[in-house]
Amino acid sequence: MVVSRSGSKRTVAAIDAAAFKAGVRIGMPAAKAQAMISGLHLVDADRQGDAEAVERLALWMLRQYTPVVATDSPDGIVMDTEGADHLRGGEVPMLTGLVNALRGRGLQARGAIADTWGSAHAIARAMPREVTIVPVGDTAKAIVNLPISSLRLPPDIVSGLTVLGFRTVGELSATPRAPLALRFGPEVGRRLDQMFGRLAEPIDPIRTADLIEVARSFSEPIGAAETIAKYIGKLVVELCAGLETRGQGVRRADLIIYRVDNTLQSLRAGTAKPVRDISHLTKLLCSSIEKIDPGFGIEKLSLAATMIEPFEEKQSISSLIEETVVDVTPLLDSLGNRGQRMYRLAPVESDVPERNVGRVSPIAEKLGQDWPTRWPRPSRILAHPERIEVIALTPDHPPASMTWRGKRRRIKRGDGPERIFGEWWVRSSEMEAVRDYYSVEDEDGNRFWVYRSGDGVDPATGTTEWFLHGIYG
Amino acid sequence: MPITAANPVISELQDRIRRMEGGAARKGDVLSFGIAEIDAKLPGGGLACGALHEVAGGGGDAVHGAAAALFVAGIVARTKGDVLWCLTRPDLFAPALAQAGLHHDRVIYVEADREEDVLTNFEEGLRFGGLGAVVAELVRLPMTASRRLQLAAEASGTIGIALRRWRRPTEAADFGQPTAATTRWRISVLPSEPLPVPGIGRARWLAELIRARAGEAAEFEIGACDATGRISLSPHAINGQDQARRSRNFG
Repeated sequence: MVVSRSGSKRTVAAIDAAAFKAGVRIGMPAAKAQAMISGLHLVDADRQGDAEAVERLALWMLRQYTPVVATDSPDGIVMDTEGADHLRGGEVPMLTGLVNALRGRGLQARGAIADTWGSAHAIARAMPREVTIVPVGDTAKAIVNLPISSLRLPPDIVSGLTVLGFRTVGELSATPRAPLALRFGPEVGRRLDQMFGRLAEPIDPIRTADLIEVARSFSEPIGAAETIAKYIGKLVVELCAGLETRGQGVRRADLIIYRVDNTLQSLRAGTAKPVRDISHLTKLLCSSIEKIDPGFGIEKLSLAATMIEPFEEKQSISSLIEETVVDVTPLLDSLGNRGQRMYRLAPVESDVPERNVGRVSPIAEKLGQDWPTRWPRPSRILAHPERIEVIALTPDHPPASMTWRGKRRRIKRGDGPERIFGEWWVRSSEMEAVRDYYSVEDEDGNRFWVYRSGDGVDPATGTTEWFLHGIYG
Repeated sequence: MPITAANPVISELQDRIRRMEGGAARKGDVLSFGIAEIDAKLPGGGLACGALHEVAGGGGDAVHGAAAALFVAGIVARTKGDVLWCLTRPDLFAPALAQAGLHHDRVIYVEADREEDVLTNFEEGLRFGGLGAVVAELVRLPMTASRRLQLAAEASGTIGIALRRWRRPTEAADFGQPTAATTRWRISVLPSEPLPVPGIGRARWLAELIRARAGEAAEFEIGACDATGRISLSPHAINGQDQARRSRNFG
């Protein structure tokens, strides 16, 4: 149990699961908790240390997730993920991935994505679920039932409102403002407006000291796409000059757009390898220019190299015999920034067909391995083998006829069986499992890859049902 | 091409037309099949490199495109450099492509959720210019899109192959719609080469060249790709014995 001290008052600040079970709650006096349980282990809260840890986490998220990150003190981090979630495959994979990554480091985290800082703050803290994503425009519906303690108000105002009988945000927002403002000051109205998005609340992004950042302010707000593209080009030139002096290349470049109505927008471009190529970076950033909503105009553009890595200068060898190897990473970057999934397929050590192909990164090292089999393989494989009705002579003859998707085919030729054993080290139920694969050809020349579950003799090896697994070319 | 060689006036005219079409810079670049009968039907003696080609499966294969995919794999296996394969349904089995000579280290798959994204990826890959070939599995290929792709291929000199796959066999009638592709092929499966023993021999396909720009339509019975991606012309009269002699795997 962690105890925080304010003056002479000692209250409970954080507890573990065992303490929660024993009835200790956050916010109760420490003396009461001690009276409830004997032998309670008390630790003094380290505010400074906590703040530093949260800031370290925020910097890590800045590199990994989105250009606009700030600490939401004392216990949260707020991010503007608009324009950056595509690099993580969308909002849902990004947020679940983030929560899982934090859990992997031994931290309990809850995340929410909503239209405003206030609502995301409240939902993340009040909802029992780990991950909540509120669709655009549904904020009001999502927050009406949240408790007023999630409104980011000072504790004395919260307790005052509770005394008056307010419990949820919805009740509070339906009450006339004037009496509330008279009694509690303007803070209640401000927080409510921020939560519902009626009042802008820009996030002031944190920055590290060694961040390479170039910015340009405009005396007149700009808005046209061509103008934005022109200034992106100028900023990229400055950024690359800055990178060159340090011998670094950029892996993540963030463009932050400051609009005249005091709101921020950000664009992130990611690359597969460190890059310092002006034209390539400009192209990457300009490719998503249509996502920028200039609103009433843009007063400042800022470009930061959030994630940098040492950039190796390579000498290009001109030779007569050696063929030039074209580096395809610029193409992969531009495809990746549009959110496409890219991969190469590589052999995996397994005999089971659906397991022996694995996806690897397109820039992974080419190992030159091969599948060891000499048996012909079908060019298309079904994700889930489909049941077929078969007439076949057991135990080891190919089928004489098969019915697949309602069509009966007479089999003219067949080859097999190729016996594949289950992999007990993957799943214990595969201990004795066997599949006998046959390639068969019907009268028209269509060739299929079918298998029988089991060896046809011993029922322990499989059910002797037949499946179609692939189609030959 | 024997006819043009005989008539210099016609060959000069053809040269001028080609120059007007803009593909003059890479006029000579073709990817030949290494089979005289097929190459003779294609202008330039093979598949033009800076161009868009269309391949579809025939019959039941219009849905799966299994034979068409192997035919395409055999073609791109004989190019140099990485291959971009754009698709929406990831059901290709890489060991089979490797058996057709297309090593898995060379293929980068780009999976998209929407058909339009496949077209965009296809065009971007063609415009990039550093790839050996770009393949895209497409359901629809409108005239405008095919025109853009053809121009992109011409500009970069990369061979682009649209592998047409439909959801239902009845939709395959869409293949009759005109596109700007330089050649259009339909690959249907045929009964495999007979063996003297029970079993399945080398697969055979009916390759129909439905359209070839500045060429004529033709059809060939071919033996499926071997381990280096080469097809062979299979004998019309199948009598088992003279196959080894007549298959042409040279080149």
